[in-house]
Amino acid sequence: MGKYIERIYNGIIKENPTFVIVLGMCPTLAVTTSATNGVGMGLTTTAVLILCNMLIAALRNYIPDKVRIPGFIVVIATFVTLTELLLKAFLPALNDSLGLYIPLIVVNCIIMGRAEAYACKNGVLLSMFDGIGMGLGFTMALTMIGAIRELLGTGAIFGFTILSESFYEPITIFILAPGAFLVLSMLVAAQNKINLINEKKAKEAAKAAAKAE
Amino acid sequence: MSGLINVSSSPHVRDKDTTSKIMQCVFIALLPASLFGIYNFGLNALIIIAVTVAACVATEYVYEKLMKKPVTVKDWSAAVTGLLLALNLPCPYGTENVIRMCLLAILGSVFAIVIVKQLFGGLGQNFMNPALGARCFLLISFTSRMTTFAMADGVSTATPLALLKAGESVNTLDMVIGRIPGTIGETSVIAIIIGAIFLIWKDVITLRIPGSYLISFAIFVLIFGGHGLDLNFLCAHLAGGGLMLGAFFMATDYVTSPITKKGQIVYGVILGCLTGLFRLFGGSAEGVSYAIIFSNLLVPLIERATLPKPFGKGGEK
Repeated sequence: MGKYIERIYNGIIKENPTFVIVLGMCPTLAVTTSATNGVGMGLTTTAVLILCNMLIAALRNYIPDKVRIPGFIVVIATFVTLTELLLKAFLPALNDSLGLYIPLIVVNCIIMGRAEAYACKNGVLLSMFDGIGMGLGFTMALTMIGAIRELLGTGAIFGFTILSESFYEPITIFILAPGAFLVLSMLVAAQNKINLINEKKAKEAAKAAAKAE
Repeated sequence: MSGLINVSSSPHVRDKDTTSKIMQCVFIALLPASLFGIYNFGLNALIIIAVTVAACVATEYVYEKLMKKPVTVKDWSAAVTGLLLALNLPCPYGTENVIRMCLLAILGSVFAIVIVKQLFGGLGQNFMNPALGARCFLLISFTSRMTTFAMADGVSTATPLALLKAGESVNTLDMVIGRIPGTIGETSVIAIIIGAIFLIWKDVITLRIPGSYLISFAIFVLIFGGHGLDLNFLCAHLAGGGLMLGAFFMATDYVTSPITKKGQIVYGVILGCLTGLFRLFGGSAEGVSYAIIFSNLLVPLIERATLPKPFGKGGEK
Protein backbone atom coordinates (compact mmCIF):
# COMPACT_ATOMS: atom_id res chain seq x y z
CA MET A 1 0.00 0.00 0.00
CA GLY A 2 2.93 2.32 0.77
CA LYS A 3 3.91 2.78 -2.85
CA TYR A 4 0.37 3.83 -3.80
CA ILE A 5 0.30 6.50 -1.12
CA GLU A 6 3.78 7.54 -2.24
CA ARG A 7 2.42 8.11 -5.78
CA ILE A 8 -0.23 10.49 -4.45
CA TYR A 9 2.26 12.37 -2.25
CA ASN A 10 4.62 12.54 -5.22
CA GLY A 11 1.94 14.10 -7.44
CA ILE A 12 0.71 16.65 -4.95
CA ILE A 13 3.97 17.80 -3.32
CA LYS A 14 7.22 16.36 -4.60
CA GLU A 15 6.59 16.52 -8.34
CA ASN A 16 3.63 18.88 -8.41
CA PRO A 17 2.90 19.18 -12.15
CA THR A 18 2.34 22.95 -12.02
CA PHE A 19 4.78 24.24 -9.42
CA VAL A 20 7.67 21.79 -9.79
CA ILE A 21 7.58 20.20 -13.25
CA VAL A 22 5.90 23.31 -14.74
CA LEU A 23 3.71 21.37 -17.18
CA GLY A 24 0.29 22.31 -18.52
CA MET A 25 0.98 26.05 -18.43
CA CYS A 26 -1.64 26.90 -21.05
CA PRO A 27 -4.72 25.98 -18.95
CA THR A 28 -2.93 27.09 -15.77
CA LEU A 29 -2.52 30.62 -17.04
CA ALA A 30 -5.65 30.90 -19.14
CA VAL A 31 -8.57 29.54 -17.11
CA THR A 32 -7.62 30.43 -13.53
CA THR A 33 -9.55 33.71 -13.46
CA SER A 34 -11.69 32.34 -10.62
CA ALA A 35 -11.44 29.58 -8.03
CA THR A 36 -14.47 27.80 -9.51
CA ASN A 37 -12.83 27.66 -12.93
CA GLY A 38 -9.65 26.33 -11.34
CA VAL A 39 -11.48 23.50 -9.56
CA GLY A 40 -13.51 22.67 -12.69
CA MET A 41 -10.50 22.54 -14.98
CA GLY A 42 -8.47 20.60 -12.42
CA LEU A 43 -11.09 17.94 -11.78
CA THR A 44 -11.88 17.53 -15.51
CA THR A 45 -8.19 17.00 -16.22
CA THR A 46 -7.91 14.62 -13.24
CA ALA A 47 -10.74 12.45 -14.58
CA VAL A 48 -9.18 12.26 -18.03
CA LEU A 49 -5.73 11.68 -16.56
CA ILE A 50 -6.80 8.74 -14.35
CA LEU A 51 -8.70 6.99 -17.16
CA CYS A 52 -5.94 7.56 -19.72
CA ASN A 53 -3.22 6.36 -17.35
CA MET A 54 -5.20 3.18 -16.62
CA LEU A 55 -5.99 2.34 -20.24
CA ILE A 56 -2.50 3.12 -21.48
CA ALA A 57 -0.99 1.02 -18.68
CA ALA A 58 -3.32 -1.84 -19.63
CA LEU A 59 -2.38 -1.57 -23.31
CA ARG A 60 1.33 -0.91 -22.74
CA ASN A 61 2.41 -4.34 -24.00
CA TYR A 62 0.24 -4.16 -27.12
CA ILE A 63 1.10 -0.68 -28.42
CA PRO A 64 4.19 -0.94 -30.67
CA ASP A 65 6.97 1.35 -29.48
CA LYS A 66 7.25 3.18 -32.81
CA VAL A 67 3.65 4.38 -32.89
CA ARG A 68 3.16 4.89 -29.17
CA ILE A 69 2.58 8.67 -29.36
CA PRO A 70 -0.29 8.41 -31.91
CA GLY A 71 -1.59 5.54 -29.80
CA PHE A 72 -1.59 7.69 -26.65
CA ILE A 73 -3.30 10.52 -28.49
CA VAL A 74 -6.11 8.26 -29.70
CA VAL A 75 -6.70 7.08 -26.12
CA ILE A 76 -6.54 10.59 -24.67
CA ALA A 77 -8.76 12.08 -27.38
CA THR A 78 -11.40 9.42 -26.74
CA PHE A 79 -11.61 10.22 -23.05
CA VAL A 80 -11.53 13.97 -23.62
CA THR A 81 -14.42 13.71 -26.07
CA LEU A 82 -16.36 11.61 -23.59
CA THR A 83 -15.70 14.13 -20.81
CA GLU A 84 -16.63 17.04 -23.01
CA LEU A 85 -19.97 15.47 -23.96
CA LEU A 86 -20.68 14.68 -20.30
CA LEU A 87 -19.86 18.24 -19.23
CA LYS A 88 -22.06 19.66 -21.97
CA ALA A 89 -24.92 17.48 -20.80
CA PHE A 90 -24.65 17.86 -17.03
CA LEU A 91 -22.55 20.97 -16.26
CA PRO A 92 -23.25 23.38 -19.16
CA ALA A 93 -22.27 26.46 -17.13
CA LEU A 94 -18.81 25.11 -16.37
CA ASN A 95 -18.46 23.98 -19.96
CA ASP A 96 -19.23 27.51 -21.17
CA SER A 97 -16.74 29.17 -18.83
CA LEU A 98 -13.91 26.76 -19.69
CA GLY A 99 -14.81 26.86 -23.39
CA LEU A 100 -12.06 25.89 -25.77
CA TYR A 101 -9.79 24.65 -23.00
CA ILE A 102 -11.81 21.43 -22.58
CA PRO A 103 -10.99 20.01 -26.05
CA LEU A 104 -7.46 21.33 -25.56
CA ILE A 105 -6.97 18.83 -22.72
CA VAL A 106 -6.06 16.43 -25.57
CA VAL A 107 -2.73 18.20 -25.95
CA ASN A 108 -2.26 18.90 -22.24
CA CYS A 109 1.37 18.04 -21.59
CA ILE A 110 0.67 16.62 -18.13
CA ILE A 111 -1.41 13.82 -19.63
CA MET A 112 1.04 13.16 -22.46
CA GLY A 113 3.90 13.43 -19.99
CA ARG A 114 2.46 10.92 -17.51
CA ALA A 115 1.57 8.49 -20.31
CA GLU A 116 5.10 8.64 -21.70
CA ALA A 117 6.99 8.83 -18.40
CA TYR A 118 4.91 6.60 -16.17
CA ALA A 119 1.86 4.76 -17.49
CA CYS A 120 3.61 3.01 -20.39
CA LYS A 121 6.13 1.46 -17.96
CA ASN A 122 4.02 0.58 -14.92
CA GLY A 123 1.00 -1.50 -13.91
CA VAL A 124 -2.62 -0.44 -14.09
CA LEU A 125 -3.19 0.17 -10.38
CA LEU A 126 0.05 2.10 -9.86
CA SER A 127 -0.74 4.22 -12.92
CA MET A 128 -4.18 4.94 -11.56
CA PHE A 129 -2.73 6.24 -8.31
CA ASP A 130 -0.17 8.23 -10.25
CA GLY A 131 -3.06 9.80 -12.17
CA ILE A 132 -4.92 10.57 -8.94
CA GLY A 133 -1.83 12.17 -7.39
CA MET A 134 -0.90 14.22 -10.43
CA GLY A 135 -4.52 15.22 -11.02
CA LEU A 136 -5.02 16.33 -7.42
CA GLY A 137 -1.74 18.22 -7.51
CA PHE A 138 -2.88 20.00 -10.68
CA THR A 139 -6.33 20.72 -9.20
CA MET A 140 -4.82 22.06 -6.00
CA ALA A 141 -2.45 24.33 -7.89
CA LEU A 142 -5.17 25.66 -10.20
CA THR A 143 -7.54 26.26 -7.30
CA MET A 144 -4.89 28.15 -5.36
CA ILE A 145 -3.99 30.33 -8.33
CA GLY A 146 -7.67 30.87 -9.12
CA ALA A 147 -8.56 31.75 -5.53
CA ILE A 148 -5.73 34.26 -5.16
CA ARG A 149 -6.49 35.89 -8.52
CA GLU A 150 -10.22 36.05 -7.77
CA LEU A 151 -9.65 37.45 -4.28
CA LEU A 152 -7.27 40.19 -5.41
CA GLY A 153 -8.99 40.89 -8.70
CA THR A 154 -12.63 40.94 -7.58
CA GLY A 155 -12.59 40.66 -3.79
CA ALA A 156 -14.40 37.31 -3.77
CA ILE A 157 -13.57 33.59 -3.56
CA PHE A 158 -15.85 31.04 -5.25
CA GLY A 159 -18.17 33.97 -5.95
CA PHE A 160 -18.62 34.87 -2.26
CA THR A 161 -17.59 38.44 -1.49
CA ILE A 162 -14.87 38.53 1.14
CA LEU A 163 -13.38 41.97 0.70
CA SER A 164 -16.30 44.38 0.48
CA GLU A 165 -16.23 47.06 -2.23
CA SER A 166 -16.73 49.77 0.39
CA PHE A 167 -13.10 49.64 1.48
CA TYR A 168 -11.36 47.38 -1.04
CA GLU A 169 -10.85 48.45 -4.61
CA PRO A 170 -10.23 45.33 -6.72
CA ILE A 171 -6.83 45.21 -8.40
CA THR A 172 -8.21 44.34 -11.82
CA ILE A 173 -4.85 43.31 -13.26
CA PHE A 174 -5.06 40.03 -11.34
CA ILE A 175 -7.96 38.68 -13.37
CA LEU A 176 -6.22 39.72 -16.60
CA ALA A 177 -3.34 37.87 -18.24
CA PRO A 178 -0.44 39.60 -16.39
CA GLY A 179 -2.00 38.64 -13.05
CA ALA A 180 -1.76 34.96 -13.96
CA PHE A 181 1.98 35.26 -14.49
CA LEU A 182 2.47 37.29 -11.30
CA VAL A 183 0.56 34.84 -9.09
CA LEU A 184 2.07 31.74 -10.71
CA SER A 185 5.61 33.06 -10.30
CA MET A 186 5.04 33.91 -6.64
CA LEU A 187 3.60 30.45 -5.90
CA VAL A 188 6.44 28.69 -7.76
CA ALA A 189 8.91 30.74 -5.72
CA ALA A 190 7.15 29.76 -2.50
CA GLN A 191 7.14 26.08 -3.48
CA ASN A 192 10.86 26.22 -4.32
CA LYS A 193 11.57 27.76 -0.94
CA ILE A 194 9.60 25.01 0.82
CA ASN A 195 11.41 22.30 -1.16
CA LEU A 196 14.79 23.84 -0.29
CA ILE A 197 13.92 23.93 3.39
CA ASN A 198 12.74 20.31 3.26
CA GLU A 199 15.96 19.21 1.55
CA LYS A 200 18.02 21.03 4.16
CA LYS A 201 16.07 19.34 6.94
CA ALA A 202 16.50 15.91 5.32
CA LYS A 203 20.25 16.46 5.00
CA GLU A 204 20.57 17.56 8.60
CA ALA A 205 18.53 14.57 9.73
CA ALA A 206 20.80 12.27 7.71
CA LYS A 207 23.86 13.90 9.26
CA ALA A 208 22.45 13.52 12.74
CA ALA A 209 21.64 9.89 12.05
CA ALA A 210 25.17 9.28 10.76
CA LYS A 211 26.62 10.88 13.90
CA ALA A 212 24.42 8.79 16.16
CA GLU A 213 25.76 5.65 14.56
CA MET B 1 60.09 55.92 -11.54
CA SER B 2 58.73 52.52 -10.74
CA GLY B 3 55.75 54.11 -9.00
CA LEU B 4 54.46 55.37 -12.36
CA ILE B 5 54.19 51.97 -13.94
CA ASN B 6 50.88 50.54 -12.99
CA VAL B 7 49.35 47.52 -14.70
CA SER B 8 45.71 46.88 -14.05
CA SER B 9 42.71 45.47 -15.83
CA SER B 10 39.95 47.63 -17.28
CA PRO B 11 38.20 50.01 -16.68
CA HIS B 12 41.03 52.44 -17.36
CA VAL B 13 38.91 55.56 -17.71
CA ARG B 14 37.62 56.61 -14.34
CA ASP B 15 35.23 59.32 -13.32
CA LYS B 16 34.32 60.93 -10.04
CA ASP B 17 30.58 60.43 -10.65
CA THR B 18 28.87 57.98 -8.36
CA THR B 19 25.42 56.45 -8.59
CA SER B 20 24.13 58.60 -5.78
CA LYS B 21 25.54 61.78 -7.38
CA ILE B 22 23.77 61.04 -10.67
CA MET B 23 20.55 60.10 -8.94
CA GLN B 24 20.69 63.32 -6.92
CA CYS B 25 21.05 65.27 -10.16
CA VAL B 26 17.97 63.54 -11.60
CA PHE B 27 16.07 64.23 -8.39
CA ILE B 28 16.98 67.92 -8.51
CA ALA B 29 16.10 68.08 -12.20
CA LEU B 30 12.63 66.72 -11.44
CA LEU B 31 11.98 69.44 -8.84
CA PRO B 32 10.77 72.18 -11.27
CA ALA B 33 8.14 69.80 -12.66
CA SER B 34 7.15 68.74 -9.15
CA LEU B 35 6.87 72.33 -7.92
CA PHE B 36 4.77 73.25 -10.92
CA GLY B 37 2.56 70.24 -10.23
CA ILE B 38 2.05 71.43 -6.64
CA TYR B 39 1.29 74.96 -7.88
CA ASN B 40 -1.11 73.58 -10.52
CA PHE B 41 -2.97 71.00 -8.45
CA GLY B 42 -2.62 72.30 -4.90
CA LEU B 43 -1.31 70.79 -1.70
CA ASN B 44 -2.85 67.39 -2.48
CA ALA B 45 -0.12 66.94 -5.07
CA LEU B 46 2.52 67.58 -2.41
CA ILE B 47 0.94 64.94 -0.16
CA ILE B 48 0.94 62.36 -2.96
CA ILE B 49 4.55 63.13 -3.91
CA ALA B 50 5.70 62.85 -0.29
CA VAL B 51 3.83 59.60 0.30
CA THR B 52 5.14 57.97 -2.89
CA VAL B 53 8.77 58.91 -2.32
CA ALA B 54 8.60 57.80 1.31
CA ALA B 55 6.90 54.53 0.35
CA CYS B 56 9.55 53.69 -2.27
CA VAL B 57 12.46 54.40 0.06
CA ALA B 58 10.82 52.52 2.93
CA THR B 59 10.02 49.52 0.73
CA GLU B 60 13.60 49.32 -0.49
CA TYR B 61 14.90 49.57 3.07
CA VAL B 62 12.54 46.94 4.48
CA TYR B 63 13.07 44.51 1.58
CA GLU B 64 16.86 44.71 1.77
CA LYS B 65 16.80 44.32 5.56
CA LEU B 66 14.51 41.29 5.31
CA MET B 67 16.61 39.69 2.57
CA LYS B 68 19.81 40.48 4.47
CA LYS B 69 21.24 42.41 1.53
CA PRO B 70 23.33 45.59 1.71
CA VAL B 71 20.94 48.51 2.14
CA THR B 72 21.20 50.80 -0.90
CA VAL B 73 18.72 53.46 0.17
CA LYS B 74 21.47 56.08 0.25
CA ASP B 75 22.04 55.89 -3.52
CA TRP B 76 18.83 57.91 -4.06
CA SER B 77 17.58 55.57 -6.79
CA ALA B 78 14.49 54.58 -4.79
CA ALA B 79 13.75 58.23 -4.14
CA VAL B 80 13.99 58.99 -7.87
CA THR B 81 11.69 56.05 -8.65
CA GLY B 82 9.19 57.35 -6.10
CA LEU B 83 9.29 60.87 -7.42
CA LEU B 84 8.88 59.69 -11.03
CA LEU B 85 5.96 57.47 -10.05
CA ALA B 86 4.30 60.33 -8.18
CA LEU B 87 4.71 62.65 -11.17
CA ASN B 88 2.93 60.00 -13.24
CA LEU B 89 -0.12 59.86 -10.99
CA PRO B 90 -3.18 62.06 -11.41
CA CYS B 91 -4.03 64.37 -8.53
CA PRO B 92 -7.63 63.80 -7.39
CA TYR B 93 -9.93 66.21 -5.59
CA GLY B 94 -11.53 65.59 -2.19
CA THR B 95 -10.12 64.01 0.97
CA GLU B 96 -11.32 60.45 0.39
CA ASN B 97 -10.05 60.39 -3.16
CA VAL B 98 -6.66 61.72 -2.06
CA ILE B 99 -6.38 59.02 0.61
CA ARG B 100 -7.28 56.35 -1.93
CA MET B 101 -4.75 57.75 -4.40
CA CYS B 102 -2.11 57.63 -1.65
CA LEU B 103 -2.94 53.96 -1.04
CA LEU B 104 -2.59 53.28 -4.76
CA ALA B 105 0.72 55.13 -4.70
CA ILE B 106 1.95 52.89 -1.87
CA LEU B 107 0.81 49.77 -3.75
CA GLY B 108 2.55 51.06 -6.86
CA SER B 109 5.73 51.80 -4.90
CA VAL B 110 5.83 48.26 -3.51
CA PHE B 111 5.26 46.86 -7.03
CA ALA B 112 7.99 49.08 -8.50
CA ILE B 113 10.62 48.36 -5.87
CA VAL B 114 9.95 44.71 -5.03
CA ILE B 115 8.67 43.15 -8.25
CA VAL B 116 10.21 45.24 -11.01
CA LYS B 117 13.52 46.11 -9.33
CA GLN B 118 14.58 43.94 -6.40
CA LEU B 119 13.35 40.55 -7.63
CA PHE B 120 15.52 40.95 -10.71
CA GLY B 121 18.57 41.84 -8.65
CA GLY B 122 18.23 45.49 -7.64
CA LEU B 123 19.51 48.65 -9.29
CA GLY B 124 21.31 47.89 -12.54
CA GLN B 125 19.52 44.60 -13.12
CA ASN B 126 15.92 45.71 -13.62
CA PHE B 127 14.75 45.09 -17.16
CA MET B 128 12.17 47.85 -17.19
CA ASN B 129 11.81 51.24 -15.63
CA PRO B 130 10.36 50.57 -12.15
CA ALA B 131 8.31 53.77 -11.98
CA LEU B 132 6.74 53.12 -15.37
CA GLY B 133 6.16 49.45 -14.64
CA ALA B 134 4.24 50.50 -11.53
CA ARG B 135 2.34 53.17 -13.44
CA CYS B 136 1.19 50.64 -16.03
CA PHE B 137 0.28 48.19 -13.25
CA LEU B 138 -1.91 50.87 -11.66
CA LEU B 139 -3.27 52.03 -15.02
CA ILE B 140 -4.48 48.54 -15.93
CA SER B 141 -5.84 47.84 -12.45
CA PHE B 142 -7.55 51.12 -11.61
CA THR B 143 -8.28 52.54 -15.05
CA SER B 144 -10.99 54.99 -14.08
CA ARG B 145 -9.13 56.38 -11.06
CA MET B 146 -5.92 56.72 -13.04
CA THR B 147 -7.55 58.52 -15.96
CA THR B 148 -9.78 60.95 -14.07
CA PHE B 149 -7.99 64.27 -14.16
CA ALA B 150 -9.19 67.14 -12.00
CA MET B 151 -7.83 70.66 -11.72
CA ALA B 152 -7.28 72.25 -8.30
CA ASP B 153 -10.87 73.54 -8.28
CA GLY B 154 -12.20 69.98 -8.42
CA VAL B 155 -13.68 70.15 -11.90
CA SER B 156 -12.60 67.03 -13.76
CA THR B 157 -11.96 67.63 -17.42
CA ALA B 158 -10.60 65.83 -20.42
CA THR B 159 -6.89 66.17 -21.08
CA PRO B 160 -5.81 68.03 -24.22
CA LEU B 161 -4.76 64.69 -25.75
CA ALA B 162 -8.23 63.24 -25.20
CA LEU B 163 -9.70 66.36 -26.81
CA LEU B 164 -7.31 65.97 -29.76
CA LYS B 165 -8.34 62.34 -30.09
CA ALA B 166 -11.97 63.44 -30.16
CA GLY B 167 -11.10 65.84 -32.98
CA GLU B 168 -11.42 69.09 -31.02
CA SER B 169 -8.94 71.94 -30.96
CA VAL B 170 -6.75 72.82 -27.98
CA ASN B 171 -4.77 75.83 -26.75
CA THR B 172 -1.11 74.99 -27.37
CA LEU B 173 0.21 77.91 -25.30
CA ASP B 174 -1.60 76.64 -22.19
CA MET B 175 -0.05 73.24 -22.78
CA VAL B 176 3.48 74.63 -22.98
CA ILE B 177 3.01 76.60 -19.75
CA GLY B 178 1.17 73.72 -18.11
CA ARG B 179 -2.23 75.11 -17.10
CA ILE B 180 -3.92 71.89 -18.21
CA PRO B 181 -5.27 68.75 -16.54
CA GLY B 182 -3.00 65.73 -16.49
CA THR B 183 -0.77 63.80 -14.15
CA ILE B 184 1.11 65.78 -11.47
CA GLY B 185 4.40 66.18 -13.27
CA GLU B 186 3.66 65.99 -16.96
CA THR B 187 1.70 69.18 -17.60
CA SER B 188 4.33 71.88 -17.86
CA VAL B 189 6.71 71.61 -20.81
CA ILE B 190 8.71 74.61 -19.57
CA ALA B 191 9.36 73.10 -16.12
CA ILE B 192 10.43 69.80 -17.65
CA ILE B 193 12.74 71.50 -20.15
CA ILE B 194 14.40 73.45 -17.29
CA GLY B 195 15.12 70.15 -15.54
CA ALA B 196 16.33 68.57 -18.78
CA ILE B 197 18.73 71.44 -19.49
CA PHE B 198 20.14 70.99 -15.98
CA LEU B 199 20.70 67.27 -16.66
CA ILE B 200 22.36 67.92 -20.03
CA TRP B 201 24.55 70.64 -18.47
CA LYS B 202 25.58 68.17 -15.74
CA ASP B 203 26.37 65.55 -18.42
CA VAL B 204 23.90 63.11 -16.87
CA ILE B 205 21.98 62.60 -20.11
CA THR B 206 22.74 63.31 -23.74
CA LEU B 207 20.30 64.51 -26.37
CA ARG B 208 20.59 61.27 -28.35
CA ILE B 209 17.60 59.41 -26.93
CA PRO B 210 15.22 62.33 -26.33
CA GLY B 211 16.23 63.96 -29.62
CA SER B 212 15.70 60.92 -31.80
CA TYR B 213 12.54 60.10 -29.83
CA LEU B 214 10.93 63.50 -30.33
CA ILE B 215 12.02 63.89 -33.96
CA SER B 216 10.82 60.44 -35.02
CA PHE B 217 7.57 60.98 -33.11
CA ALA B 218 7.05 64.32 -34.89
CA ILE B 219 7.69 62.73 -38.28
CA PHE B 220 5.31 59.87 -37.46
CA VAL B 221 2.56 62.33 -36.48
CA LEU B 222 3.16 64.41 -39.63
CA ILE B 223 2.84 61.36 -41.88
CA PHE B 224 0.05 59.46 -40.17
CA GLY B 225 -1.71 62.18 -38.11
CA GLY B 226 -4.17 62.90 -40.90
CA HIS B 227 -3.72 66.68 -40.47
CA GLY B 228 -0.99 67.27 -43.02
CA LEU B 229 1.34 70.12 -42.10
CA ASP B 230 -0.83 71.43 -39.27
CA LEU B 231 1.72 72.91 -36.85
CA ASN B 232 -0.83 73.44 -34.08
CA PHE B 233 -1.76 69.75 -34.12
CA LEU B 234 1.89 68.71 -34.13
CA CYS B 235 2.86 71.03 -31.27
CA ALA B 236 -0.12 69.92 -29.21
CA HIS B 237 0.96 66.32 -29.62
CA LEU B 238 4.56 67.15 -28.69
CA ALA B 239 3.54 69.18 -25.63
CA GLY B 240 0.67 66.99 -24.52
CA GLY B 241 0.58 64.03 -22.19
CA GLY B 242 3.71 62.47 -20.77
CA LEU B 243 5.85 62.77 -23.89
CA MET B 244 8.29 65.40 -22.59
CA LEU B 245 8.57 63.85 -19.12
CA GLY B 246 9.00 60.41 -20.68
CA ALA B 247 11.52 61.48 -23.30
CA PHE B 248 13.86 63.36 -20.95
CA PHE B 249 13.49 61.50 -17.66
CA MET B 250 12.22 57.98 -18.24
CA ALA B 251 13.48 56.90 -21.64
CA THR B 252 16.97 58.03 -20.60
CA ASP B 253 17.12 55.80 -17.52
CA TYR B 254 20.64 54.31 -17.59
CA VAL B 255 19.66 50.79 -16.67
CA THR B 256 16.90 50.32 -19.20
CA SER B 257 18.28 52.14 -22.24
CA PRO B 258 21.06 51.01 -24.62
CA ILE B 259 24.63 52.02 -23.84
CA THR B 260 25.86 52.07 -27.44
CA LYS B 261 25.56 55.41 -29.27
CA LYS B 262 23.97 53.87 -32.36
CA GLY B 263 21.69 51.81 -30.14
CA GLN B 264 20.42 54.90 -28.35
CA ILE B 265 19.33 56.43 -31.64
CA VAL B 266 17.64 53.20 -32.75
CA TYR B 267 15.95 53.06 -29.34
CA GLY B 268 14.70 56.63 -29.70
CA VAL B 269 13.28 55.94 -33.16
CA ILE B 270 11.47 52.81 -31.93
CA LEU B 271 10.07 54.84 -29.02
CA GLY B 272 8.87 57.59 -31.33
CA CYS B 273 7.14 55.21 -33.73
CA LEU B 274 5.51 53.19 -30.94
CA THR B 275 4.26 56.29 -29.14
CA GLY B 276 2.80 57.63 -32.38
CA LEU B 277 1.23 54.27 -33.11
CA PHE B 278 -0.36 54.00 -29.65
CA ARG B 279 -1.57 57.61 -29.61
CA LEU B 280 -2.98 57.83 -33.12
CA PHE B 281 -4.32 54.32 -33.61
CA GLY B 282 -4.59 52.92 -30.07
CA GLY B 283 -7.63 52.77 -27.83
CA SER B 284 -6.53 55.43 -25.33
CA ALA B 285 -5.26 58.93 -25.91
CA GLU B 286 -1.89 58.37 -24.22
CA GLY B 287 0.80 55.85 -25.12
CA VAL B 288 4.13 57.09 -23.78
CA SER B 289 4.41 54.77 -20.77
CA TYR B 290 3.50 51.65 -22.72
CA ALA B 291 5.89 52.63 -25.52
CA ILE B 292 8.76 53.09 -23.06
CA ILE B 293 8.31 49.84 -21.14
CA PHE B 294 7.84 47.95 -24.41
CA SER B 295 11.06 49.42 -25.79
CA ASN B 296 12.83 48.61 -22.52
CA LEU B 297 12.27 44.97 -23.37
CA LEU B 298 13.93 45.44 -26.78
CA VAL B 299 17.08 47.00 -25.33
CA PRO B 300 19.16 43.78 -25.10
CA LEU B 301 18.41 43.05 -28.77
CA ILE B 302 19.27 46.59 -29.81
CA GLU B 303 22.55 46.42 -27.91
CA ARG B 304 23.46 43.12 -29.50
CA ALA B 305 22.79 44.50 -32.98
CA THR B 306 24.71 47.73 -32.46
CA LEU B 307 27.73 46.43 -30.55
CA PRO B 308 30.74 48.43 -31.76
CA LYS B 309 33.73 46.49 -33.12
CA PRO B 310 36.85 46.68 -30.96
CA PHE B 311 39.69 48.65 -32.61
CA GLY B 312 41.69 46.41 -34.94
CA LYS B 313 39.08 43.71 -35.31
CA GLY B 314 36.73 42.88 -38.12
CA GLY B 315 38.82 44.34 -40.95
CA GLU B 316 38.99 42.96 -44.49
CA LYS B 317 40.15 39.41 -44.68
